[in-house]
Amino acid sequence: MSNISRDEVAHLAKLARMAVTEEELDTFAGQLDQILDAVAKVGEVAGDDIPPTSHAVPLTNVFRPDEVRPGLSQDEALSGAPAAEEGRFRVPRILGEEQ
Amino acid sequence: MTTTAELMDYAEVVERYDPVLGLEVHVELSTNTKMFCGCPNSFGGDPNTHVCPVCLGLPGALPVVNGTAVESAIRIGLALNCDIAEWCRFARKNYFYPDMPKNFQTSQYDEPIAFDGYIDVVLDDGEVVRVDIERAHMEEDTGKSLHVGGATGRIHGAEHSLLDYNRAGVPLIEIVTKPITGMGERAPEVARAYVTALRDLLRAMDVSDVRMDQGSLRCDANVSLMPKGASEFGTRTETKNVNSLRSVERAVRHEMTRHAAILADGGSIKQETRHFQEADGTTAAGRTKETAEDYRYFPEPDLVPIAPTREWVEQLRATIPEMPWERRKRIQDDWNLTDEELRDLVNTGAIDLVAATVDAGATQADARSWWVQYLNQQATSRETELADLAITPAQVARVIELVGSGELTNKLARQVVDGVLDGEGDPDQVIEKRGLKVVSDDSALLAAVDEALAAQPDVADKIRGGKVQAAGAIVGAVMKATKGQADAARVRELILERVGA
Ligand SMILES: [Zn+2]
Repeated sequence: MSNISRDEVAHLAKLARMAVTEEELDTFAGQLDQILDAVAKVGEVAGDDIPPTSHAVPLTNVFRPDEVRPGLSQDEALSGAPAAEEGRFRVPRILGEEQ
Repeated sequence: MTTTAELMDYAEVVERYDPVLGLEVHVELSTNTKMFCGCPNSFGGDPNTHVCPVCLGLPGALPVVNGTAVESAIRIGLALNCDIAEWCRFARKNYFYPDMPKNFQTSQYDEPIAFDGYIDVVLDDGEVVRVDIERAHMEEDTGKSLHVGGATGRIHGAEHSLLDYNRAGVPLIEIVTKPITGMGERAPEVARAYVTALRDLLRAMDVSDVRMDQGSLRCDANVSLMPKGASEFGTRTETKNVNSLRSVERAVRHEMTRHAAILADGGSIKQETRHFQEADGTTAAGRTKETAEDYRYFPEPDLVPIAPTREWVEQLRATIPEMPWERRKRIQDDWNLTDEELRDLVNTGAIDLVAATVDAGATQADARSWWVQYLNQQATSRETELADLAITPAQVARVIELVGSGELTNKLARQVVDGVLDGEGDPDQVIEKRGLKVVSDDSALLAAVDEALAAQPDVADKIRGGKVQAAGAIVGAVMKATKGQADAARVRELILERVGA
C-alpha cells in the first residue's frame, strides 16, 4: 500500500530544507508509508465517542500573569550566534523569497 | 526590475468589473509582556535586549500563554460581534525565514478564538456598510530585519541581513473579513473606513496603540475583480506594507485599476503578495503565495487548549466600552452639534480630547474651540497629531478657566498654551515664569489710562462730548502700554469713568 509518493517526499524535504538524494526518496517514501499505516490503525479502534487527542495531559487554560520577567542581555542573546553585528544576529542574504 | 504597470481608468474599471475585497488586519496588543514569555513588549529599545530563550527559540525553552493577551483577544472578538470558541488550540505554522527564530510561528489555524462576527462601518456621507468578520485569532509577531548592502536597506541586492528579535513574540491578533462584495466604486473607501473603524474601536478598548506608522496596526488588502454580473471570484493579490489609512484606500484602488487593465487585455492575474509603494501609490510584486498546505500546520504540543468558560466570556463582555460611532452619535446629541461640527471634531481627532477637557470642568463650546482651532493649528505647524501635543485636557481646561475669570485675555491664553507646548510647565507655571497675568490692579491701570488720555486730549474731548466709540483709541493705547496684559473691558470702563462720560 503506497500512500506517499516520491514527489511528495521531495516536496516535504524541500519545505523542511533537507537535502535528500534520489535513493533516499525511495527509502523515505517506503518508511513514511509504514509510519502512516501504523498511525492509521489508531483510527480503526477509536470510536466516534473518542475525540482526537493532541495533548497527553487533560489541562486547559494554563495562563501566565502579564508581568515582566528578566530575560537575556544582548551579549548573552548573541553568545551562541555564528555571526553578529551591531547588536544583531547576522544571517546570510535572503534569496528568492521577496525582492 | 521596475516596469510600469498598465492601468485602466477608474470609471471604466467599475463599469466593467465588480471588486471583491478581503482585509486582514494585524494588531499588536499593548500588553506588558510578550505572548508566550515574560519579555517586555515595548516599541524600540536596543536590539536584542527584550529577548529570552523562549522568544529566541532556543532548544528546550517552553512557552506559557499570557492570560491578559487571551482576555484582549476575547474582548476584541466580542466587540466585533463574534462567537467565542468553547475550546481552541494554538497551532504551529512552519516556514523558514530569519525573522522567525523558531522556524515556526505559533498561531491558530482551524480553531480561532473568535469567529463569525461583523462590524458596521460608517462612510463619510453617513452610509452604513456591514463588514462581516470571518475570524480573529491569536498569534505572535516576528523579529525585524535590517538588510545590509545593495540599495538603501532593500532586501534586493542585500549582501546579508541583521536580525533584532525584540519584537519576536509580541502578541498579535489577526482579524480577517469575509469577502466584501457589492461595493462597486466605493470599495477603496469602504476599505479605509473599515480599518479606521477597527482602529477607533481598538483604541477605545485600550488593547493596542494602533499606530499604523509604528506597525502596531497593519493591513493586508486582498483584491480581486470579476466581470460585472459574474458570481465566481477572480484571482486575488494580497498587498502588504500598507502603512496608513490613506494608503489602504490608494492600494485597493491601484490594484483595481492594475487588475482591470490585465484582465481587459486577455491576461490573467498571478496570485501573489505585492508591496505597496508609499511614494507613488503603486504596488510591486513580492513572493508567490505559499498554499496553506505548505505551512504544515499542526496543534502546538507545548501549549494546552484554551477553553474560555461562558462566565468568563460574559464578564469580559461587560467590559466592552461604548462603540466609538455610537459614542459620536451620543456626543452629537448631547452637545447639540451640527453634522459639520461633529465632522470637524472627528477629522481633527479632537473628540476624546474635548470630552476629557469638558470632564475637567470646561464648557464644551470653549473646549471644542481650543482643540479644533488653535491647538489643531499648533499640531499642524508642529507636524504632530493633536493627541500627541504636549498639553493635557486638564491644562486646557485650566487655561479656559483663567480666561473665564478674566485673569487671562484670549491673546495671553494662547501665549500660555504655547509655553505649555514648549515644555515650560503647567499653565500656572508658565504664567508665573512669563509674567502673563492680566493687569487687574485698577491703580496701575488708571495711571495708564490717565497717561493715554493726557497724550490724546482731542480724543478725550470727543468722549466727553458723547462719542463713546472714540474710547477705542484710548483702550488701544492702554493695551499697548500694558503689553496686552490688561482686560480691555475693564480699561474701557475706567476710561469712561475718568472722563465722566
Ligand atoms: Zn522572551
